[in-house]
Amino acid sequence: MDWIATLLQGLLLGGVYALFAIGLSLVFGVMRLVNIAHGDMIVLAGFVSFAVVEVLGLGPLLSLAIVLPVFFAFGYVLQLAVLNRTLGDDLLPPMIVTFGLAIVIQNGLLEGFSADSRKLSLGEVETASIALAPDVAVGVYPLIIFATAIVTILALQALFYGTRIGREFRATSDDPEAARLMGINTKRVFAVATGIALVVIGIAGVLMAIRTTFDPLSGPVRLLFAFEAVIIGGLGNIWGTLLGGVTLGLAQAFGGAIDPQFQVMAGHLVFLAILIIRPRGFFPKVAH
Amino acid sequence: MSTIETQALTAHYGDFQALFGLDVTLKAGETTAIIGANGAGKSTFMKAITGLIDTQPDMILIDGQPAGGRDAHTTISDGVAMVPEGRRLFASLSVEENLLIGTHANRKGPWTLDRVYDVFPVLKERHRLPGTSLSGGQQQMVAIGRALLSNPTTLLCDEISLGLAPVIIEDLYRTIADLRQEGLSIVIVEQDIARAVSVADQVYCFMEGRVSLSGAAQDLALDDIRNAYFGI
Repeated sequence: MDWIATLLQGLLLGGVYALFAIGLSLVFGVMRLVNIAHGDMIVLAGFVSFAVVEVLGLGPLLSLAIVLPVFFAFGYVLQLAVLNRTLGDDLLPPMIVTFGLAIVIQNGLLEGFSADSRKLSLGEVETASIALAPDVAVGVYPLIIFATAIVTILALQALFYGTRIGREFRATSDDPEAARLMGINTKRVFAVATGIALVVIGIAGVLMAIRTTFDPLSGPVRLLFAFEAVIIGGLGNIWGTLLGGVTLGLAQAFGGAIDPQFQVMAGHLVFLAILIIRPRGFFPKVAH
Repeated sequence: MSTIETQALTAHYGDFQALFGLDVTLKAGETTAIIGANGAGKSTFMKAITGLIDTQPDMILIDGQPAGGRDAHTTISDGVAMVPEGRRLFASLSVEENLLIGTHANRKGPWTLDRVYDVFPVLKERHRLPGTSLSGGQQQMVAIGRALLSNPTTLLCDEISLGLAPVIIEDLYRTIADLRQEGLSIVIVEQDIARAVSVADQVYCFMEGRVSLSGAAQDLALDDIRNAYFGI
């Protein structure tokens, strides 16, 4: 029964990576922007939640009521004031600017919160588990994260395919110039998209901060896993991102079962293998 | 109803100058044909009108008001809608969603989704298919329907006959003629001289970024237009 436990563990870990990756996938899908600061924004959300918990005495989940609107506004303003100016035919300028933003966030957090590791606590839920069979149990909290990833994707799906702004997202993603001719204010569309991406990042950051310890410099590792999930799944495809996250989670879980030191390496190797076999991921959406 | 005027319109792509002082009047309720060879400046002219290329404010006047250099997305809310060259349908949107994009301009008027389906019944049958899965002629219908759903006063048609079968072009031009009857101002950019002149009130020939010939369609001989086109 060991391998079933490993399978479940990998699957649930995949939910974590998917949740990390959705915001990255969304921003790339709508505006071809590769956000190098993505991981640091996740960590920033963890720290904002940490500060809200410390100052206001709220629980970590209640802190979402403050973190999410703040992050939406942050994303909206960041896009309008900074990132829109970097967009064009060249993918490089937005990468360089978000790389700089990553450094600013890391150092800002070091100044504000020191290099100490932090963690948010949710109490018993964190360690609770459900026994499925004598030797097989799943953690309640990993299950919550996995369910959150799925609900987030379903919500984004409903937004993209069932609303007016969703139609504008897709039209702008297909052909920004034609979208402008049809009266779509693409700069505002991008700002809303980044705002929504930062809401997802906020959710990911707070859930991460409950799951593991984090410190101001732990963003780049999150970015790496998110990147791998997005690329395995196919750039810009959100369901592909879930599959990418699960693939990565399974690879790490089985790698870890072989040898605990092999866990992270196994994920990278599977990523590499998929890049060789399917360079554009499982479900490439972007045609150019 | 609105009249669009350009005054000494110039436009550049970086160091390259594409338009050299164009004076063009697109009269309200009339159909204007703009004719010229590749590189004559026809598409650049359209881009300037729609704001895709930056120009000085007073180089373009809509009903006398400066309208040059505005954001492209505001053009359509002023009633200037574009049927772009190559149709430019949105690949991830269905036929119906492509049409509905026209309604995002939030302009009231006679055009509704049902009316577009009345004019192009084949689109109703295929409304769930991806826009880009249709034949070229049907895609052109979607592009025209999409523009009409913004309830424009001026319809800019850029090379709508390019790559289509003659019988389909015939149909499209009949639709254009019907739209003129409803009082829409129409601008037709074409390489097919005879086709464009047959539906036009006014004709402008462009050559190398300048107007080489202009006048009322009935006053111009096709031979003169051909000469202006080729620069003979």
